[in-house]
Amino acid sequence: MGDTALFLGQLFNGVSVGSILLIAALGLALSFGLMRVINMAHGEFIMIGGYLAFLAHQIIPSGASLWLALPLAFVGTFLLGALLESTLIRRLYGRPLDTLLATWGLSLILQQAARQIFGPTGVEVTAPAWLSGAINFSGALSGLTIPHVRIFVIVLALLILGGLLLLINKTRLGMLVRAVNQNREVASTLGVNTRLIDMTVFAIGAGLAGLGGAALALISPVTPTVGQSYIVDAFLVVILGGLGSLAGTTIASFVVGLFSAGLQTFTSVSFAKVLLLAGVVAFLQWKPKGIVVMKSRALEEA
Amino acid sequence: MKKFTLPFMAALFLVLAAAPAILDGYNLSLLGRFLALALVTLGLVWCWGKGGVLSLGQGVFFGLGGYAIAMHLKLMGLPAGEIPDFMMWNGMSDLPAWWAPFKSPIFAVAMVFVIPGIASFIMANLLFRRRITGVYVSLITQAVALAFATLLTSQQGVTGGFNGLTNFTTLFGANYGTPEMQKTLYWVTVGFVALTFVVGILLERTYFGKTLLAIRDGENRSRYLGYDPVPYKVFAFTLAGILAGVAGALFTLHVGVISPAMVGVVPSIEMVVWAAIGGRESLMGAILGTVLINFAKDRISTALPDAWLYIMGVLFMLVVLFPPQSWKLPRLFKASKKPTFKEVHGD
Repeated sequence: MGDTALFLGQLFNGVSVGSILLIAALGLALSFGLMRVINMAHGEFIMIGGYLAFLAHQIIPSGASLWLALPLAFVGTFLLGALLESTLIRRLYGRPLDTLLATWGLSLILQQAARQIFGPTGVEVTAPAWLSGAINFSGALSGLTIPHVRIFVIVLALLILGGLLLLINKTRLGMLVRAVNQNREVASTLGVNTRLIDMTVFAIGAGLAGLGGAALALISPVTPTVGQSYIVDAFLVVILGGLGSLAGTTIASFVVGLFSAGLQTFTSVSFAKVLLLAGVVAFLQWKPKGIVVMKSRALEEA
Repeated sequence: MKKFTLPFMAALFLVLAAAPAILDGYNLSLLGRFLALALVTLGLVWCWGKGGVLSLGQGVFFGLGGYAIAMHLKLMGLPAGEIPDFMMWNGMSDLPAWWAPFKSPIFAVAMVFVIPGIASFIMANLLFRRRITGVYVSLITQAVALAFATLLTSQQGVTGGFNGLTNFTTLFGANYGTPEMQKTLYWVTVGFVALTFVVGILLERTYFGKTLLAIRDGENRSRYLGYDPVPYKVFAFTLAGILAGVAGALFTLHVGVISPAMVGVVPSIEMVVWAAIGGRESLMGAILGTVLINFAKDRISTALPDAWLYIMGVLFMLVVLFPPQSWKLPRLFKASKKPTFKEVHGD
């Protein structure tokens, strides 16, 4: 394998890891940015999305199950998010550290439930035939292989990002969301149902996580703890990107993805993790509010 | 501090000191471990309850203390010139240079305090000097816990990897694991907890303690009044780090093992819930909360292995929705606290 092929392979790995982080972090950035809710159960929405994809695969065992899995995962986790917001999260607004603890409790419950329903070992979802191949390069780039399913996940992550940007910037709902984000009291005085907006935003964040989970199920087995393996990195991405900024979150996802893929060629996976963390903390010394700073005149910020 | 708290605590510590006469070996060993864990929680009361900094990385400092003493125990049992068993299994032939000084008991015991102290001091400065606050601190400390546990697991040759450090034979010249040693360890632990508690009560009443609360309740207001919050928060965070380190060392001695499973994200968050259940500001609640929840965990997870995680999950939500500080009944467990400016006037 030539140097160029190796480099391009790592580059692709980085983008692939970055897109997975993006899927995991977008919903977090949404609820964190708008409502200051630290949702530690976000990873479990990813897990549930994965299991819903698995169930879809049980119903339609052919390659077409993907077309059932994606909407099922989105709708299922969307509804669960709405339920969670209206029962638990709603009582905790303004107390971000408490949302962190409460949702961590929820994540323990969801993990244990998954363990009892689906068993402690992972379940597999088979990718449809058109996704199971790979692009093999030859000539100067021989040895470089890019699996179709990885490309699919990258495309899906970008579609989710694009859809979210359209929703926030071009729709009436998005306008209301932005209004609540800018000034909750004034928006409320002008007749915006801020509670409904909060619930919708949280549910959309959950739905996106579920959708991501259904896609990730094509790459790796779904286990009860799959969510936990993403959540810490996803939060690191959100912090690095800057509170509540979708642009920042996107940049940070790919920066983290590329850096970890790059570092892993020089050192071990665990050292790469430590170096990455050191890098993030060092960056925050320089820009404590992350890559993209949202201007605010508030005296104290949560 | 309510008037009757001190007599209550004095009575409690008397009962604790007499526990070896009452409890059987198994329960005494559990009580000893849980009291060791209470030191972490006492630290969290300072850092989180009074300093307003929720650290989700206490497992890191716990682990640093635990590994420091465990390294000493590994080296003590060895004939001259040999290396610990796990190093041999990992194909190493020489002791790493940084392991060697841990042969000295004085050095090892000092390191139990010094390493977590330095680590938490550096971390606190990195976080607070640049005004990284609130949830950012929590999430970064959590990432540190993840990185630390990953690193320990991967460096098998020098840390024992996933299995950690275990199979100790001697401790300060005595046989490890005898009933007499259990009792001595237990009393040392009770001594540490009592000392930490009393110092905490005194610290609570000082000008320093009150300023810390003021900073927690309104960091920017304190800044405008001319107080620099940084040294106060650094002190609280470092104190919590050192206490976690001591707790880790004592816990390791009680249990006979330290491994990455005790220092990662999940145990670090569990530590926070002990503090939350005791009432995050109450030093007494920290001790009682830690001991009670861990006894409950031991009993329930033995009887119903599947139920514990559900109960734990529900507990997390309940202590947040109905924090112990807000209960009307057990005023005994309530830290003395005048209503904050925020509570009286709104923000």
